[in-house]
Amino acid sequence: MTQEIDMALRVLYVLSAPILAGLLTGIDRKLTARMQSRMGPPLLQPFYDLIKLWGKEPFITNNIQPTLAFGYLAFTVTGISLIALQEDLLFILYTVLIADVCLAVAAYSTKSPYSNLGGKRELLAMLSIEPIMVLTAIGVHLITGSFQISSIFAYPTPLIFILPAALAVQVIVLVIDMKKSPFDISGSSHAHQSLVRGVYTEFSGYTQALVELGHWLKVYFTMSLIALFWAQNFLIGGAIAFVLFFVAILIDNLYPRLDWKDMLKTSWTFGFIMILVNLIVIVVFKVI
Amino acid sequence: MKLMTKARLKSPWVLHFDTGSCNGCDIEILAALTPKFDAERFGIVNIGDPKQADILLITGPANHRNKTVLKNLYDQMPEPKLVMAIGECACSGAIFHNCPNTLGGVDKVVPVDVYVPGCAARPEQIVDGVVLALQKLAEKSEQLEKKEKKGE
Repeated sequence: MTQEIDMALRVLYVLSAPILAGLLTGIDRKLTARMQSRMGPPLLQPFYDLIKLWGKEPFITNNIQPTLAFGYLAFTVTGISLIALQEDLLFILYTVLIADVCLAVAAYSTKSPYSNLGGKRELLAMLSIEPIMVLTAIGVHLITGSFQISSIFAYPTPLIFILPAALAVQVIVLVIDMKKSPFDISGSSHAHQSLVRGVYTEFSGYTQALVELGHWLKVYFTMSLIALFWAQNFLIGGAIAFVLFFVAILIDNLYPRLDWKDMLKTSWTFGFIMILVNLIVIVVFKVI
Repeated sequence: MKLMTKARLKSPWVLHFDTGSCNGCDIEILAALTPKFDAERFGIVNIGDPKQADILLITGPANHRNKTVLKNLYDQMPEPKLVMAIGECACSGAIFHNCPNTLGGVDKVVPVDVYVPGCAARPEQIVDGVVLALQKLAEKSEQLEKKEKKGE
């Protein structure tokens, strides 16, 4: 019976992902508005945007772009499904990496300079995120002896007590993934930025709807990974993910945007050092 | 499909183009988009990308130099789209109507749906214009859906 409930929860986690991810975006916009002492759009605003985009006249720049937009969505959904299946962490990270590559290639496939520059910056964003994610996965391997997510679930103590610094660094990952203020260099949901819409410039109508949905799910995916820091109880895990989500929005409203060099510097120095110190402490003091 | 019309009315993304206005109307538009008036509560976002915009806000009179740019921007916007001429100059050319270097109102270049007069147009008038534009958008949306049904 417990196995059936477990199975049902996993299916529910994947099926409810688009709705929950959309609501998260709605909460994000509402919170941002409240922090700027505005009323903000209704909670369901992201869904209105998505439906509207779907109904627009299709303008397609080239033949490959819709496929790549769909690829971005599909690979992100695959990543989320693999978390539900409790697969290999590295495998999941690289699956979602392909989703990002799809977006960058879609941006490169047009001649628009805004789009091309956005694609370049998207690749740089990936370059900043991936080492942090992989090092965290290595930390998980040090502790549980396996890259499998199922081993995190089987491990008696929550990871947050063993990898607190790695958890703190996930804020950087979340800020970059959400395309939020200090690091919203490749494209932003806000009004005019230096690149107009960056990687999103050449998307319109239904291709934009696909990319938008993919982006919601990408944030949901990152938050799911953060929730694994307390995998034993998914409610506490979700709460931790939501706290980091709130911190990311707070950072967005506090800091002006920086350029790509600052993004790389922050993640490759602060991020690296925090996780490395965490790992060294684990190994030297035999915390495990 | 009433949901589609509702979604369209709930998320009008605007693109702002200045065809050589004195910036009076531009400042009023941007004032209406600031946190104080909070246009985002109606889902209005200043998107800056014609491919993703629903409403084109034009300020200033059309002239020989920028008519191609204006036409290009209009053509890049996917249906359903609306055009709002904001300010006296965009509506009719105003004091520049018989200048040799201008064409007059922007409706000489692109079809205009809503005219917002005023020099400069006040934010209240602009908001009034947006309400009118949304009524027109609802009509356009229903027409589009009827067309789609006939197409099937």
